[in-house]
Amino acid sequence: MAWASRSWLCLQLIILLLILDVCCSVELTFELPDNAKECFHEDISEGVDATLEFQVVTGGHYDVDVELEGPGREVLYKEVKQQYGQFQFKARTSGTYQVCFSNEFSTFSHKLVYMDLQVGDEKPLPGVSDHLTAMTQMESSSVKIHENLNLVIDYQTHHRLQEAKGRKRAEEINETVLYWAVGESIAIVGIALVQVLILKNFFGERTYIRVG
Amino acid sequence: MRYLFTYSLFVLWGITVHGLYFHIGETERKCFIEEIPDETMVTGNYKLQLYDPSTGGTMASSAGLGMHVEVHDPDDKMVLSRMYSSEGRFTFTSHSPGEHVICLYSNSTKWFSRSQLRVHFDIQVGEHAIDYANVAQKEKLTELQLRVRQLLDQVEQITKEQNYQRYREERFRMTSESTNQRVLWWSIGQVAILVIMGFWQMRHLKSFFEAKKLV
Repeated sequence: MAWASRSWLCLQLIILLLILDVCCSVELTFELPDNAKECFHEDISEGVDATLEFQVVTGGHYDVDVELEGPGREVLYKEVKQQYGQFQFKARTSGTYQVCFSNEFSTFSHKLVYMDLQVGDEKPLPGVSDHLTAMTQMESSSVKIHENLNLVIDYQTHHRLQEAKGRKRAEEINETVLYWAVGESIAIVGIALVQVLILKNFFGERTYIRVG
Repeated sequence: MRYLFTYSLFVLWGITVHGLYFHIGETERKCFIEEIPDETMVTGNYKLQLYDPSTGGTMASSAGLGMHVEVHDPDDKMVLSRMYSSEGRFTFTSHSPGEHVICLYSNSTKWFSRSQLRVHFDIQVGEHAIDYANVAQKEKLTELQLRVRQLLDQVEQITKEQNYQRYREERFRMTSESTNQRVLWWSIGQVAILVIMGFWQMRHLKSFFEAKKLV
């Protein structure tokens, strides 16, 4: 029976580790139609650090309403018509946290929103957590490099989002210029024709014209 | 003891299912956009559950409930279009840089349905998609070697992204040049049209007045 209780202990330890080691970083870019609200939910355990980051990539005035609610439906973070933002929090209670993006204030511009929800710390490489001895210089340097590279990737993502914003706006302007050019040419030709017609109409009705 | 065991298994199960989830209608289609460089691997994990909005509870997924996954590349060509079961993972590798659209919808054939689906979704791009436990086991790497492998993968991803950035910047520049050209031709064209219309108006009216013996 000794091995049974030992294996049960092992199982409990594994479960505990899994509960404590809640990872997951999800980045999503989705389209938010006008007058729509999109919500995302995540179960977070107590004491876990989480970070929410969002940015509006295209659409209207590049703004969106954000609301982050805890398990008891209490509002942890609320922003109205914000372009981008970041919020770090520590989960006080275990439960389902929800983050909602709302475009209900806009009537015809749909938005493209980027969202990044990081829960817990990054999952360590397999075999690293077994270490009971201190890390060697090589190992601690490589950990430092890894953290810096994570930063670089993060900066690249931000840069990509900003650049996408500018590029999509430029493409929109390019198309708009074409439509305006064609539209205005038609308008000018049309107005010229209408002017001549109306003028001819004036002179056509009046049969008595005295020209001195 | 058996109850505890099954309960812990259940908890394990609940945790290994990926954290983030959202609700969609049964016939609704949800799309996500991933802007990625070429030759990048993207892995998506999902789980589908029936959700009752009135009670707020989930039911075990019924048999036959599946998820259709569609991936379009930047040129709107279909890269992946497959029906998967109610839980699973899908992988694809991009062959051209740009915005890839990943669409999910269930295989429900109902025309109108009031029930909703809870979709657990998790998407990992590039080096985040690599399972290092697997790599360590397959290639028998030590801890330091594995760490170096991870750093190499990260650096490769950074290089690909930088290259993609150059391509995007070139596209942006070309768009701006095109806009500049269009605006130039538009102003020239406008002046030309105005002059032509002016001339035509005057000529037409002159002949009109001459016919009316007013001039």
